[in-house]
Amino acid sequence: MGKVTFSRGGIHPRDCKYARECAIEELPLPKTVYVSMVQHLGAPAKPLVAPGDSVKVGQVIAEPGGFISAFIHSPVSGTVKGIAPRKNLAGDPVMHVEIAVEGDEWDPAIDRSGDLVTDIPDDKALILGRIKACGVVGLGGATFPTHVKLSPPPGKVADCLIINGSECEPFLTSDYRIMIERPKEVVVGAAIMQKVLDGCHCVIGIEENKPEAIAAIRAAVAELGYPDIRVQVLRKRYPQGGEKQLIDAVLHRQVGSGGLPIDVGAVVQNVTTSFAVYEAVQKNKPLISNILTVTGDKIPAKLQHNYLFRIGVPLSFVMEQAGGIPDTAAKIVSGGPMMGKAVSNLDATTVKGTAAVLYLSEAATRRQKESHCIRCGKCADACPMGLEPFLLNRLYKAADLEALEKNAAQDCIECGCCLYSCPAHIPLLDHIRQAKGQVMGVIRARAAAAKAAAEAKKQ
Amino acid sequence: MDNKKYIVSPSPHIHADISTTSVMRDVIIALSPAAVVAILVYGWAELLVLLVSIVSCVLLEWAVTRWMMKRPSTVGDLSAVVTGLLLALNLPSAIPLWIVFIGAVVAICVAKLPFGGIGQNVFNPAITGRVFLLVSFPAQMTNWTPTPGFVPVPDAVSGATPLSLLKEALKGGSTIPQFLASNDFSMSSLLWDIGASAGELSAGALLIGFIYLLIRRVVKPWIPLSILGTMALISVVFHTVNPDIYTGPVFNIMTGGTLLGAFFMATDYVTSPMNVWGGVIFGVGIGLIDMMIRYFGAYPEGMSFAILLMNCTVPLLNRWFHQKKYGRT
Repeated sequence: MGKVTFSRGGIHPRDCKYARECAIEELPLPKTVYVSMVQHLGAPAKPLVAPGDSVKVGQVIAEPGGFISAFIHSPVSGTVKGIAPRKNLAGDPVMHVEIAVEGDEWDPAIDRSGDLVTDIPDDKALILGRIKACGVVGLGGATFPTHVKLSPPPGKVADCLIINGSECEPFLTSDYRIMIERPKEVVVGAAIMQKVLDGCHCVIGIEENKPEAIAAIRAAVAELGYPDIRVQVLRKRYPQGGEKQLIDAVLHRQVGSGGLPIDVGAVVQNVTTSFAVYEAVQKNKPLISNILTVTGDKIPAKLQHNYLFRIGVPLSFVMEQAGGIPDTAAKIVSGGPMMGKAVSNLDATTVKGTAAVLYLSEAATRRQKESHCIRCGKCADACPMGLEPFLLNRLYKAADLEALEKNAAQDCIECGCCLYSCPAHIPLLDHIRQAKGQVMGVIRARAAAAKAAAEAKKQ
Repeated sequence: MDNKKYIVSPSPHIHADISTTSVMRDVIIALSPAAVVAILVYGWAELLVLLVSIVSCVLLEWAVTRWMMKRPSTVGDLSAVVTGLLLALNLPSAIPLWIVFIGAVVAICVAKLPFGGIGQNVFNPAITGRVFLLVSFPAQMTNWTPTPGFVPVPDAVSGATPLSLLKEALKGGSTIPQFLASNDFSMSSLLWDIGASAGELSAGALLIGFIYLLIRRVVKPWIPLSILGTMALISVVFHTVNPDIYTGPVFNIMTGGTLLGAFFMATDYVTSPMNVWGGVIFGVGIGLIDMMIRYFGAYPEGMSFAILLMNCTVPLLNRWFHQKKYGRT
């Protein structure tokens, strides 16, 4: 099978995968960790510990606060010092559990050996139960609880599980390292999810710029011999890792506006999520650690790392261990350069979805002064959703919500291709994000009103 | 932690290596082969026309934005240079320089800035300037006497542009073969014609520039292809029906401002549709109007008029044509 890609829009930013040769190192433990109660999509988790409690590595410290929510486990052993609001990455106060680290004593139920376990449990409910109990969430960016995604609503059937190994964001290398260092675990994880989805097809999509990962995963698939798992090479193009784009690339199906992948029979999970599923189901190990890349432009090789970190370690500790913040850094981003979030609070803690600490130089990241739109249409060419960012920008300025909805502002996936491509440096995405929020508000209000009217009629 | 301040802004955190200035610089680079050929063939006179046109456009834009509009100058984006360059390449080299200046005034101070400057104008500034001069100074604008160049050009027709000669002859009732015989022309020597405005001179130089723009992804080929395709189709039909009075496709595409217009002026971002299909209709319209003027109109060729007329349709085409959205039918 040849290389495939999504059908509309997209950009080709420079790779900048400087940290690709850095093997995964284990980050040392700090004196204190701060475990956020908001590290997944959905309701915040509810703390189950009190100050003074002693905890072990892997012990549950918070339970789901709703249907779409997740368990949270202690990443370290030690004593709970407090449960209090603390500023997150963006500077917003969020509940955190503060734990003083004492030794490294693990919950004995966790299999810490390096042995590969390939026998998958037969009981679907047991598998889903373990994934849920281990607090696994999607690690590709959205941190959607994995057990929810693996439980299609009644009437919907998944016919293809897509494992996302595209890692299309420049600079990021954590998925790449997982694929070449732990390929078998990734494939077993995929097979587990395949089983939960009643043995649907499984495609592992990897971009062509990672030939070593393609080879490693292919070898693992061949050796493990699970039925109906194949590797699909993807053409290099951003945002290939976007769920909707990946489904389009692999299955040539498009998810309707406001719809979910399951509507077209697809479930997408990241390779690192697949690894976490493996550890949860086969090793009973909760999601207490993840891989992050420390990298940036114009920084020396010795500052580039791929770390296995305990979730809850402060970003400032990660940066200190990695050799300090380089002098050239003008912006620090948590995540990739296209969709990551600028760090406004260096003491913010790492969360389940933290994938990178990225240092960007002034030259790479400083926004240029906005000039007039020259109607070149590059934003519309780049938009993977087929939107017309120049038009949405104009409608936003005119505050025309009706036209914004008609022109599908709510379909924006916030990938940043429009702003990236604009020769006039117009902050298109900044405005479209606002417009999207407003339109979503209108849509939700309308739905609520319709529901209320229907109920009033019934009575 | 130290007290260094870091930038905090929404994603994306990086930007493509592109700006309005870089786009305009690419257009200037793409037009330079044609400009160089023009200077070599027409000498100092052509060089002066180019200089006066470009300098006037830039100075006018600077003066009007700073003093009349009280805005920051937009000269740095190089769009005024492009306008000046295109205007100059549309003029005969023997034209008096004060007329060139008037063309620049019309392009910048009538067609471009009153609409709001770059990105806002409805009509292509360079073409507006050229058409204004053509209707205001018909004698000077059709004085195709070649000025002495730096290199001799072999086998070339001098004097009036062959298009206007041919038009006169056809109006007088003669046929194309009679015209060629009486003037001792061959079709191929007409194509090497130097009695033309600078920009029409070398199809090769224009093509090289256009290919450069395609490679740099500055323009897309749909508009030029639909213009040239439409012209070729109409020419083939008419030429086949009556070769005595209707010129053929190669002649029509290689003469007049066809290539300069199709490659560089109809593809102007601001005054052409943004959508592919809008662009195709825009191009077909230009080809159609140009051929109607060539075959049935008073002017020998009508690329400028065709583009200006189709410029009017761009807001409508932009309203009608939208690209297909993901996941929507």
